[in-house]
Amino acid sequence: MTFDVARVRADFPILSREVNGHPLVYLDSANTSQKPRQVLEVMREHNERHNGNVSRSVHTLGTEATSAYEEARGKIAAFVGATNPDEIVFTKNSTEAINLVAHSLGRHLSLKPGDEVVISEMEHHSNIVPWQLLCERTGATLRWFGVTDDGRLDESALESLINERTKIVSLVHMSNTLGTINDVAAIAERARSFGALVMLDCSQSVPHLPVDVRTLGADFIAFTGHKMLGPTGIGVLWGRYELLAEMPPFLAGGSMIETVTMARTTYAPPPARFEAGTPPIAEAIGLGAAVDYLNALGMDAVHRHEQDITSYALKVLADVPGVRLFGPTTPEGRGGTLSFDVDGVHPHDVGQVLDALGVEVRVGHHCAKPVCARFGVPAMTRASFYLYTTTDEIDALARGLDQVRKVFA
Amino acid sequence: MMLDGLYQEIILDHYKHPHGRGLRDPFDGEAHHVNPTCGDEITVRVSADFSDISYDGLGCSISQASASVLHELLRGRDADEIAGIHEAFVTLMQGRGQVEPDEDVLGDAVAFAGVAKFPARVKCALLPWMAFKDAAARAGVDVGAAPEVKA
Ligand SMILES: Cc1ncc(COP(=O)(O)O)c(C=O)c1O
Repeated sequence: MTFDVARVRADFPILSREVNGHPLVYLDSANTSQKPRQVLEVMREHNERHNGNVSRSVHTLGTEATSAYEEARGKIAAFVGATNPDEIVFTKNSTEAINLVAHSLGRHLSLKPGDEVVISEMEHHSNIVPWQLLCERTGATLRWFGVTDDGRLDESALESLINERTKIVSLVHMSNTLGTINDVAAIAERARSFGALVMLDCSQSVPHLPVDVRTLGADFIAFTGHKMLGPTGIGVLWGRYELLAEMPPFLAGGSMIETVTMARTTYAPPPARFEAGTPPIAEAIGLGAAVDYLNALGMDAVHRHEQDITSYALKVLADVPGVRLFGPTTPEGRGGTLSFDVDGVHPHDVGQVLDALGVEVRVGHHCAKPVCARFGVPAMTRASFYLYTTTDEIDALARGLDQVRKVFA
Repeated sequence: MMLDGLYQEIILDHYKHPHGRGLRDPFDGEAHHVNPTCGDEITVRVSADFSDISYDGLGCSISQASASVLHELLRGRDADEIAGIHEAFVTLMQGRGQVEPDEDVLGDAVAFAGVAKFPARVKCALLPWMAFKDAAARAGVDVGAAPEVKA
């Protein structure tokens, strides 16, 4: 079956709008993806017909809302290969999922001076700062993998970086800046041999390629709904159940308790223990619908389409004078996120000229300042693709870059 | 193209051929400002009598041209004149394109009128001006209480 991108596009109402008098060319899906009608409709239907709070009402609406919310949990579990839906904790986004682990796992492991947490130079700030704070609180030491000149994780220091002092390793699965997909098997195996736990930031991988927690080698993964056709305000932490069951709560309040007296409280088992307060219910249900949409197309087919678009874009950009790509220059081991520099033109100006032509890219440091520093630039221009991206849109980008060079010649 | 309002020739000229760029000694006050959302940076140095205003930075055409225009416009003036021009520029940038600039006061800086219609770029244009104000304060000169930047 061939991937019918025109049919996919017809499901996304926003893709038919114009920007500054030009058809929208949306090349910023790594930032946030667009949402198909199917997701928007499920959320509207929920709010119009089934709205009630979850897990605390005996009435019909509450029961309908609860079963839709839990059904979404089940869909998302299956989507990433988790056998037990209770391993799926709903959060606000990836950032909250990572902070949750940094707090609760940090306490569970009683991190102390001498212990080490390992990340990489390729991380989004949300997989850096929570670990810096954890190390500040506990006196543990933060260490990191570097990045090679061609934008891959530099594993040459693996043996010294991961050792008997290592307690937590947290790495990005696919870089939001370089597009690199990290094969973390060797790192995870070495971490495990020292009893360290492994977290993967899958914010950019779960939306774009098949991810199966049974073969990934991780103990925790985080991802975020709005980058995978779902709404904002909903994210996911997957964790191995035995670990979640041992971890103390992160946020506290309603719904996360077993019993409360004025003197003390005992906590509900996971995932409720980590879902204090009223959760984003319609958003979770919307994310379930997004997963249905992706499953109907098949993640293998989605990934193949993006690989085709990426190969095409790599070729086209290589022919635009003055464009320097950061990250892998071939489609192997990379996804559809291309960051680049246009010689002599600041990314803000690149983005502004492209926007005038309806081409929406992201410019700046992409919440990954250490990556920019690694490549010696204050900012980058980034084009990122998804299942609705076409080769025509890549051509529009190339034409836009010609215009950029004309304005700033 | 609707960019004409943003990338006026004057702005592109100042960007490609900046005036007075480079940090110079002696100086009485220095300030380094960063735009945290985009990473643009500027360092501004002033002498207390404003006989020199020097700067260096990294950033987009708007922020760099703005620094060049600032150098041209404010260098060699007295503190009262500078306060008036500074206020006029900030007012123009915060005017969402509704403020009619006075060329007698603002000189080449009138070219930034179009920038005020691009909220994402107002901070770029103001970056050197805010750094200048801090540098002047450190040199012991108050160039007026410019309102907080809301962009
Ligand atoms: C790799 C990576 N990690 C984490 C995040 C944070 O996602 P969110 O802002 O939804 O928490 C992002 C998205 O910006 C990302 O690309």
